[in-house]
Amino acid sequence: MVYEVIVNGQPHRLELEKASSGWECRLDGRSIPIDAVMTRRDVISLLIGGHSYEIKCEQTAGDLHVWVGNTRFAVELRDPRSLRSRNRGAVDEKGPRKILAPMPGRIVRLLVTENSEVGAGQGILVVEAMKMQNEIKSPRKGVVKKLSATTGASVNPGDILAIVE
Amino acid sequence: MFKKILIANRGEIAVRIISACREMGISTVAVYSDVDRAALHVSKADQAYAIGPAPAAESYLRIDKILDVAKRSGAEAIHPGYGFLSENAKFAQACADAGVKFIGPAPHSMEMMGSKTRARQEMEKAGVPFVPGTSRGLASAEEAEKVAERIGYPVMLKAAAGGGGKGMRLVHARGELRSGLESARSEAQSSFGDSEVYIEKAIVNPRHIEMQVLADEHGNIVWLGERECSIQRRHQKVLEESPSPIVDPDMRRRMGEVAVKVARTAGYTNAGTVEFLVDSPKNDNQKNFYFLEMNTRLQVEHPVTELTTGLDLVHLQIRIAAGERLPFGQSDVSIRGHAIECRIYAEDPDNNYFPSPGKITLLLSPSGPGIRLDRGMYEGWTVPMDYDPLLAKLIGYGADRQQAIMRLERALYEYFVAGIKTNISLFQHILRDGDFRAGRLDTGYLERLVAKGAPDVPSLTAEHEGEAPETIAAIAAGMFAVLDPASPVGKDGGGVNPSSVPSNWKQQGRLEGMR
Repeated sequence: MVYEVIVNGQPHRLELEKASSGWECRLDGRSIPIDAVMTRRDVISLLIGGHSYEIKCEQTAGDLHVWVGNTRFAVELRDPRSLRSRNRGAVDEKGPRKILAPMPGRIVRLLVTENSEVGAGQGILVVEAMKMQNEIKSPRKGVVKKLSATTGASVNPGDILAIVE
Repeated sequence: MFKKILIANRGEIAVRIISACREMGISTVAVYSDVDRAALHVSKADQAYAIGPAPAAESYLRIDKILDVAKRSGAEAIHPGYGFLSENAKFAQACADAGVKFIGPAPHSMEMMGSKTRARQEMEKAGVPFVPGTSRGLASAEEAEKVAERIGYPVMLKAAAGGGGKGMRLVHARGELRSGLESARSEAQSSFGDSEVYIEKAIVNPRHIEMQVLADEHGNIVWLGERECSIQRRHQKVLEESPSPIVDPDMRRRMGEVAVKVARTAGYTNAGTVEFLVDSPKNDNQKNFYFLEMNTRLQVEHPVTELTTGLDLVHLQIRIAAGERLPFGQSDVSIRGHAIECRIYAEDPDNNYFPSPGKITLLLSPSGPGIRLDRGMYEGWTVPMDYDPLLAKLIGYGADRQQAIMRLERALYEYFVAGIKTNISLFQHILRDGDFRAGRLDTGYLERLVAKGAPDVPSLTAEHEGEAPETIAAIAAGMFAVLDPASPVGKDGGGVNPSSVPSNWKQQGRLEGMR
């Protein structure tokens, strides 16, 4: 099998072939002797040149990571046949900024109203989760164009709470 | 001895108490809220009863519902754990009225100590040194401003009914006082159902050291050694150890004797903890300690004391509540070895330690020599957003501090939780830190460490000899896809047979040809 593997943004070409014993592996054209077994779901034992690694796989909200020891790597596997557009859209520091819920929780207080002026770092609202109240702050100086959050409402990570422009 | 005990709690502490009961041949009754049906404590208990919706005020804090379950199940005693109703004197009284034994102190002791303000009044009378401030709740923001002006900023606002860091605010200047008071009151109200807040002088960067006491109902009281709890964040303890690196046998004895005096003043029975602030003097010979408060319950960090004394505090709590005498005296207590506890919280180190509830997709737990793991989580469980983020406690024990640290580092390396974020990496950071290793700790330590930013934790000891970690990650990603087509890795990125891999140019041509 041939994969394009993107590790922390860096693309690699990976070829894996089942051999009589273990696997034949070529990474970016370099042949590496490996052996791998799945010890349980999301965990593999990987042997590379006599070194042993316990590798864990984690998927959260669309992101995929593999863990080598205590180090986490963002990975993406692509079919090398597919065409892809990689422009992710740079963040515009000057444009409107969405304030997203960083975690599931409940909105306990609004600290500003729509159309009020806020400074960078000023509190917009307070979200409570796991008994902790967390102030969500404005990422920039500007005007609160939209305040979609309401007191008492439950929110999920990624929900738009407000837009500061 | 009791035949059946109800555990009025959830999470790791409910599981820990259920274990103790099973060891003693006592059957157990769990209670659970709607979002906790799948929680571990429910599966581990012999009986389990639903007590209402997710908000604690409608379930775990409902005295009437819990006593109703005690009656229906025939439980003779209730263990309240920590948090929730554990320091609620009304609950202890209601238990007594219902003829159910409350495993903890008598209501009058709880009232005295449960209200931090009343405790301060009593300690003043008993001649126990305490931190300056009001010994009554604040009536208004104006009063707060007046007192703060008198004792001097910075000041600490504290919920009179508080504990566990909830309803507490450090205020540096007059301008922050009103909003600090408002949020402390609001948090106190939602956490404890009581918005009384008092003020005391904030001792900047003190050490927080506490003493475990145990009292039976026949007047015998012993102290069981201190716990160093200076490593805190947002007034929430994160790592505790026993013994404290700065307490010598003489200071331990003096603190122990003051703690016993505090317990005697309160007419205390069962397990309790006397918290002290220790100032950090230039001269190490003059370590002063001040009474801060008494926690009238089993503490989260009780395991470090259990490991260094060899005692099981929950067993002893139950035996004391059943009317037994303490089976040993002060001279029988000896402190041996060193224990350190890491509180594993569901919080995101990369996002300012915000809470991180959600589903645990993978859980690899450490074990082995010198490692104890008290947990309330399991793989596949969805951590609800409604309660405390404490998932588990990882405790390392060794012949000395150095060995305890080494064992914990090894265990943390083995510990893996996926699906939600945890603070496991924070402990790797702390245990490696030079100040921690040297025992230079105070309550400002962790904020300073976190502000420095997380370093790259060098994790791959022997593995450094092998391939680069990126290379290993790339190969591993491919292996997940070929070994487990159901794995999320393989989902969108299915590989192709080499013969069928065309160049992008060819592919582009083909696409255009199809138009």
